[in-house]
Amino acid sequence: MTTTTLKQPSKILKILKAIWNGIRRIPAVYFIFFGIFIVLGLLSPTYQSTAGIMAFLRRTSPLAILAIGEMIVLSTGGYDLSIGSIVTMVVLGSSLLLNNDPTMMPTAIWTMLALGLLIGLVNGFVVSYLKIPSFIATLGMMLLVKGGALYWVGGAPRGYLTENWRAFGRGYFENVPLVDRFPYALAILLILALVTYFIYHRSNFGKQILAIGDNVRASQLSGVRVRLVRMIAFVISSLFAVIGGIMIGGFGGVNVTIGEGLEMQTIAACVVGGVLLGGGKGSVMNVVFGAFTMEAIFNLLNLLGLPKPYKDAVQGLIIIAAVAYVALSTRKKK
Amino acid sequence: MTTTSISENRFKRFMRHVNIPPVYYFLVVIFLGGGILDQIFSDGQIFTNQAILLNIIVRSVALGIVAVGQTLVIVGASIDLSVAYTISITAVMSSYIMQGKTENVPLAILVVFGIGILIGLTNGLIITKLKINSFIATLGTSLIIKGIINATFSNYTGSVPKSFQFFGYSTIGPIPVAIIVLILVVFAGWFLLNRTKFGAHLYGVGGNVEVGRLSGLRTDRVVIGAHILCSMSAVLTGLFLVSRLQSGAPWVGPDGLYDLESIATSVVGGTALAGGKGGVWGTLAGVLIFGVLDTVFNQLGMNPYLKTVLRGAIIVLAVASYTYRSKKEAA
Repeated sequence: MTTTTLKQPSKILKILKAIWNGIRRIPAVYFIFFGIFIVLGLLSPTYQSTAGIMAFLRRTSPLAILAIGEMIVLSTGGYDLSIGSIVTMVVLGSSLLLNNDPTMMPTAIWTMLALGLLIGLVNGFVVSYLKIPSFIATLGMMLLVKGGALYWVGGAPRGYLTENWRAFGRGYFENVPLVDRFPYALAILLILALVTYFIYHRSNFGKQILAIGDNVRASQLSGVRVRLVRMIAFVISSLFAVIGGIMIGGFGGVNVTIGEGLEMQTIAACVVGGVLLGGGKGSVMNVVFGAFTMEAIFNLLNLLGLPKPYKDAVQGLIIIAAVAYVALSTRKKK
Repeated sequence: MTTTSISENRFKRFMRHVNIPPVYYFLVVIFLGGGILDQIFSDGQIFTNQAILLNIIVRSVALGIVAVGQTLVIVGASIDLSVAYTISITAVMSSYIMQGKTENVPLAILVVFGIGILIGLTNGLIITKLKINSFIATLGTSLIIKGIINATFSNYTGSVPKSFQFFGYSTIGPIPVAIIVLILVVFAGWFLLNRTKFGAHLYGVGGNVEVGRLSGLRTDRVVIGAHILCSMSAVLTGLFLVSRLQSGAPWVGPDGLYDLESIATSVVGGTALAGGKGGVWGTLAGVLIFGVLDTVFNQLGMNPYLKTVLRGAIIVLAVASYTYRSKKEAA
């Protein structure tokens, strides 16, 4: 009798401990994101409605797509700083090509994807064959693409983005069950995230990416074609930047600073999502939520009505705090 | 026949002894190439006019001072993205405090160096104690500084007195003060890295933190020290810029792209981003390459957007000029 009563609490403790262990295994980014999102919901009823949440997801999809692409490069141990300029190029170049003619939409998109492919190949070539650290290689590419795009359009935005081009970013599937309106942007994000998930987590190629990030020499010796894998990583990142750029162009007007600073925001999103700078660790799902977290932070700061300068400062503080939290919580698990 | 081979050997041995960073060859190529283009397409002043030659160096002073600091940080396997806004805050704060009066100059200098030390200390502490990657940590602090500047200043604020423009414009004999300051800073950087205990520790920490720690270094202190020095070099650049512009504006740092360009010049000069390798002489060459480019582009009257394109391409080529033979894979 006494033994059972003594045993029972220990059983409950065990279950509690198992649950606690399960909770501890959840990456920190989810706590941060849902924490911020709940605050958003409490402050503004928009974020309680399905329509509001869908609008939020639509806005944040481009950043998430950029972040997935960047994660691939970060996982190999490199950086891709050229993606912000690629977004600028896509928006400026497309508006010039479209020139208010909706039938030009496929041409514009294929041209941009081809340019993205070319940029990715050059980045990969410069890093793999000229042995230039990717930080510098893609920094050079950032200047090159930005200068090239501005030279192409003559320094100021020209032409307009047609409605059918913009639809990728701002359009909705109507009358979808459960959510009523489902953004195209989110659908594109889901498809790309799923594809990347299988490439990154389930394929041999994904293992090779992580192996390079962990130890280049060891992976080389075990037969990984390091240069090829690097090239493909940069191509994926550039192509995703083009796709993200098409969606970003859908929201705002055409301006020359539209992609400025995006590379830093994206890298921050990746790190909040638990990606290790220097390579060897990453997760598609967590990075997507890292991007959501960044957007939620911007929205929260907007909602609080802070003037722009304070937003920058608070954003900096939150990034440091979030990354410190992610870093500390992963270290404890080890 | 034999004599030439001996002298060649001697030459090679001499070159190995002085250990010139390979990027100096690229600098010479760029300078000669630019000069020849200038001869053909413009008035050919680069080779003939001494004022233009000096101007190449004066152009490089702002970037050069902060790049030396950045090199220290990179040698320690860290990175500092906050230098651009550190330059901005120095420029606006100093001209705000000076208000065109000579008697306020010492106070202004004291305050901005105080701010610089504070920024460097914060960066160093976040990186070493919170164990946040330096890239993200300094990105965060740069956003914070940006916010603080833009919240307090929105345009040109205050002005510097005539006496303070000494730093930016006057010459001692034929040599501008700015160039002397740059040389002193580079020399100080060299001395610190190659002739002091701190420098040796910095190379050790940059090469391998764990090994450094196990051999009894206080690695955190070394990294924090490098960050403080880097922020102070950014402050010096800010003071130089404000003395040239005569008034500080919040956009002087980011508009000059001092954060990314100081990193680029360090790497162009042969400092490894992974840390533990490199030095300030290479960085000086990197900075001079940028100065030569600017001057050549100006002489040729080039389209500003094409300038950006060529800058990007030449950063890559400059690094490629010595890395393409390396057997190690880059990251």
